[in-house]
Amino acid sequence: MKPPAFLLRTIEMSKEEIDEVTGVSTTGHEWDGIKELNNPMPRWWVRTFYATIIWGIAYTIAMPAWPMVESATKGVLGYSSRAELRAELDEATATQASRRTAIKEKSLNEILADDELRRFAISAGSAAFKVNCSQCHGSGAQGSPGYPNLNDDDWLWGGDIKSIYQSIAHGIRFNGDPDTRISEMPAFAGVLEDKQIKEVAAYVASLSNTSSDPALVEPGKVVYEENCAACHGDGGQGGRDMGAPNLVDAIWFYGASEAEIAAQVRAPKHGAMPAWLGRLGETTVKELAVYVHSLGGGEE
Amino acid sequence: MMSDQRGSPSMKYGTEIAFVSLATFLALLAAVFAHDAAFATHMWVLFYVLLVFVILLIRNSDSSGNAHVATDADYLDGPVRYGVIATMFWAVVGLIVGVVAALQLAYPDLNVEPWLTFGRLRPLHTSAVVFAFGGNALMATSFYVVQRTCRARLFGGNLAWFVFWGYQLFIVMAATGYLLGITQSREYAEPEWYVDLWLTVVWVAYLAVFLGTITRRKEPHIYVANWFYLSFIVTIAMLHVVNNLAVPVSFLGSKSYSLFSGVQDALTQWWYGHNAVGFLLTAGFLGMMYYFVPKQAERPIYSYRLSIIHFWALIFLYIWAGPHHLHYTALPDWAQTLGMVFSVILWMPSWGGMINGLMTLSGAWDKLRTDPIIRIMVLALAFYGMSTFEGPVMSIKSVNSLSHYTDWTIGHVHSGALGWVGMISFGAIYFLVPRLWGRERLYSLQLVTWHFWLATIGIVIYAAVMWVSGIQQGLMWRAYDEQGFLVYSFAETVAAMHPYYVLRTIGGGLYLVGALIMAFNIVMTIRGHQRQEEPIGGRTTALRPAEQGA
Repeated sequence: MKPPAFLLRTIEMSKEEIDEVTGVSTTGHEWDGIKELNNPMPRWWVRTFYATIIWGIAYTIAMPAWPMVESATKGVLGYSSRAELRAELDEATATQASRRTAIKEKSLNEILADDELRRFAISAGSAAFKVNCSQCHGSGAQGSPGYPNLNDDDWLWGGDIKSIYQSIAHGIRFNGDPDTRISEMPAFAGVLEDKQIKEVAAYVASLSNTSSDPALVEPGKVVYEENCAACHGDGGQGGRDMGAPNLVDAIWFYGASEAEIAAQVRAPKHGAMPAWLGRLGETTVKELAVYVHSLGGGEE
Repeated sequence: MMSDQRGSPSMKYGTEIAFVSLATFLALLAAVFAHDAAFATHMWVLFYVLLVFVILLIRNSDSSGNAHVATDADYLDGPVRYGVIATMFWAVVGLIVGVVAALQLAYPDLNVEPWLTFGRLRPLHTSAVVFAFGGNALMATSFYVVQRTCRARLFGGNLAWFVFWGYQLFIVMAATGYLLGITQSREYAEPEWYVDLWLTVVWVAYLAVFLGTITRRKEPHIYVANWFYLSFIVTIAMLHVVNNLAVPVSFLGSKSYSLFSGVQDALTQWWYGHNAVGFLLTAGFLGMMYYFVPKQAERPIYSYRLSIIHFWALIFLYIWAGPHHLHYTALPDWAQTLGMVFSVILWMPSWGGMINGLMTLSGAWDKLRTDPIIRIMVLALAFYGMSTFEGPVMSIKSVNSLSHYTDWTIGHVHSGALGWVGMISFGAIYFLVPRLWGRERLYSLQLVTWHFWLATIGIVIYAAVMWVSGIQQGLMWRAYDEQGFLVYSFAETVAAMHPYYVLRTIGGGLYLVGALIMAFNIVMTIRGHQRQEEPIGGRTTALRPAEQGA
């Protein structure tokens, strides 16, 4: 029988030769000077290839793999990533369950008194803080302009565990919670003359030994006593009942210069924080309170 | 310009000028009647680009007929020459944008709103490198290789010129669209519907030119390089069309909505995305490797049988591997299993190309000492082998649970892109330029050596830094304290990456400097200069004894 034409053409074209360098024959094809050697496939390559195929078949028998008409094969091991996740979550929940129940049931002072429970609450509060609070207060709770530093002992609304809990649970100036902390310093732009505002700013700056115009300080003291002392206190030590900042320390919310203080007197900025009790629940808010209380400024 | 143009009795470029002018007018209409501001700006860009093109055509047209009438045996190398220059140009552009994007990650203040933010520059970088640089490199080399290995002129007359200019227009429209904020948010497929349609037209023309040339071949067999090129062209056409199926909101607006939704959308996207890697960045460049490595080494391909088996295994297996990008997501478990299994089995078929490339050098290993172009090609093959091993490892679910979404993936992509795709293309261009422009040799082989070392050090820094940062990132994300709570906030893991991002910029910067040196070398070669220098590795001790006689 005569071979088909395309094969004949191949045979005619073939000019097999021996490559001098390797002693291997070529296939007889040539393209633009490129030839091909007749080397077999490397044995280790073929064997590794087969091994991966055999492993692949075994793995697809063990695991969910092949789509059928109705659903895919389930695999003899019965694995499912959803079940695996469920099991991991259940295990994590179970290991923490007794402590979280204890936190929920015990009072804040009882938690602080129990060293082991307090440590657990700090870990839990730290994790919750990173997800929910660090955006404003910073990863290290160090705050930023307009957002309080939680590591120091300067508290607007109180630094004992109950006050901290109250602030976190119900928020600051948060409309959605009837128990939220509310206070608002009035804008003095229309109440005081511009000269008086500059004087009181110089006086306030002087309270924390910040350099200010000495000529303005004395008249500023009078303005302060008449307009500001009611909330910020006679000596400027602040009032936590109203969240009125302490003006004697060198910790400032919106800047320490006379100009920045004057701007705050004219038209005060007011920060706001959401209420977290509804979002995170009693247990997590307690944990957050214990964590924030532990940062360095926590009061008895 | 376009000196290979075959003569026509009437005015040169007459038809082209008419068509492009019509298109220019349509772009003007679209700009005026656009339904959204971004589309209007984009159409103005198109209008001006086409206008410049019409002017160039008119300036280069004459009605005296053609001086040079090529015979049928001549190869059409004009588009190859233009393609080589475009490849080099887009390489430099893509690498510069990459270094800028890397700097933006290290120093976020460098984000300049609205046009030059990381969000817009990142797709510009990936598309410029993958499609503008890589695509042009593949088109130019495939046009060169298919003609030589088929002993046939490119099919379709000036269709190859249309493919070249049409593709550049696609690149310009894609790039300007990203900067204007026009995107369909599909990774590596960001251009909107009208740019996608244009690419489809260009790509079909590309397929026609390539396949037509193969059918006109005067060789009895189709060379292996052409199998790889053809699989790349056919598969990219299929991937591009399916992944970009979308309904435009308006034919005069930039926005469109995908035909897919939810997990089907995600799977389609990664079926496309992974096979853009598989068929463009792997199969296409293997085609390049199968021609330029044996040519430069002047050795036969190591094993014909290996080339057949690994080709068919590669293209059969690659197309199923996409789901490994969606481990531990809403994608059903069975699809995740198959994605991982096919990826692992893909290991050996991928390595077949590396073995055939490296073993082709047997009998020519001494050239590593004297020929920096061979060095570049060997480096490319080494990184190809490294990243096609790393890929299957990363597709294993337990490894992926650590590596996914981290910089490890970025490092993996770059050891493939900078190491394999970049270096094999640079090797091919160094081979091509003296031949295409009829120069005796390159301007300077010493500069090629400089390029080699800068690129090598750059890639090693880049990949190593991304391994460290990626693994650290993954470990920080999953770190729990003894009480079972997460240790780090996300912002802390971002802050921890800063030193690595600075180092990564340095690695990428070195690679960019190497490419700039190459661009200079190429320009000088094309302009016909030759630098006087000693041959590399030529200063051997062989002829020295007489001088050391005392």
